[in-house]
Amino acid sequence: MRYLLNVVTLSFEAEKCTGCGRCWEVCPHGVFVSEGKKARLTDRDLCMECGACAANCQYGAIQVRSGVGCAATILKGALDGAEPSCACGGGTPGCCS
Amino acid sequence: MLTLPSFSRVASDWSFEDRWGAVRCRLGGLRMRYQVSPGLYALGNPDSDSPVFVTANYKLSFDILRGALRNSDGWILVLDTKGINVWCAAGEGTLDSEELISRIEKTRLAEIVRHRTLVVPQLAAPGVRSHLVEQRTGFHVRFGPVYARDLPAYLSNGYSASAQMRRIRFGIGDRLVLTPMELSQWLMYYPAFVLTAFIIAGLTPKGVLFRAAWTGGIPLFLLGLISIFCGCFLTPLLLPFIPFRAFSLKGWSVGLLSTAAFLQGAGISPRLDPFLVAACCLFFPAASAFMALNFTGATPFTSLSGVKKEIRLSLPFFVAALVLSVAAVVFSKLRQWSLI
Repeated sequence: MRYLLNVVTLSFEAEKCTGCGRCWEVCPHGVFVSEGKKARLTDRDLCMECGACAANCQYGAIQVRSGVGCAATILKGALDGAEPSCACGGGTPGCCS
Repeated sequence: MLTLPSFSRVASDWSFEDRWGAVRCRLGGLRMRYQVSPGLYALGNPDSDSPVFVTANYKLSFDILRGALRNSDGWILVLDTKGINVWCAAGEGTLDSEELISRIEKTRLAEIVRHRTLVVPQLAAPGVRSHLVEQRTGFHVRFGPVYARDLPAYLSNGYSASAQMRRIRFGIGDRLVLTPMELSQWLMYYPAFVLTAFIIAGLTPKGVLFRAAWTGGIPLFLLGLISIFCGCFLTPLLLPFIPFRAFSLKGWSVGLLSTAAFLQGAGISPRLDPFLVAACCLFFPAASAFMALNFTGATPFTSLSGVKKEIRLSLPFFVAALVLSVAAVVFSKLRQWSLI
């Protein structure tokens, strides 16, 4: 399923890629695939910015501003004047399922 | 004197309490305080060569993992994620490399197993930097499949997951189990809504008249229920089949169709003041839209950038719908009292 198009912050520098395979292993949406001996970025609009690929790329080839795509969290953060943090904690009903 | 590292023993079968707990988590009552103690657990009869599986200390995560490992022996390393499931904990930072590293040290895992491999859930990857864990502990991270139920196939494949096992799915069943939580979350506000609608319907210059409040309130109470049903049940369930990408538009269109169908079908609209009909058509679909927008947090495919954009674009419409519906209610009251 695709959400809004052309919004994600994911970027990939192929020249830094060593083909270790971690990114296509961790991506739950198949955004990266292996091609030849390197990773290839396929459909950016499938990305949910979870940050798994960037966290596990020790060569710094992947950049993404990761976070949780949860409206309750973002609205709570905006009301508190703080950075978005999960609204689930502290016994309040919220997003995580 | 040297002490041996300690661990607890656990079976793979679910007891009645485990099943009932899982149901209560899905309904919402239990899910924020359903925890197991972090630490090392022996599943079956593991030895120093048995695999090590990492998970969160949300008891449902732990139970699903051990249930999937029926008839196998292994170690389960439970991290302290404050009772939050693997993916959410990895996303918000409670399940991270530091917690994994310190838990390996605290449980003295290196003295219990001879091998140096950890099976970490794939959905923990946003929090776990595999190379960092390897450098600091010597344990090699193997990311397991997305779903615990694929673990037996993953293990018999030599710790290798197929491309299918690495994908998250969000089928109709996955969406359906989330709806009780959505419904209970918003039904909490329903009594306050009923009270407000009751007062509005019964309000006259002489005070709140019970009879008018009751007869005028019933259609509003029903419309409120319909809007919750649309935003929390129909929209999540039919998510991929409703046009539009933005969740608020999905919820709004379902809400508008249902509100219009109710007003028309029940033959209510001719008897209602046109301003009140307008208020209903503004308020209830917008309420469904807002609930649908909040469902973004429960799905596995909405990005932070996308949701921020949707909020930025939709917020003026929500505010406008609220202000205009309040104005329409005021006008309908003034007409009812023959003041305009």
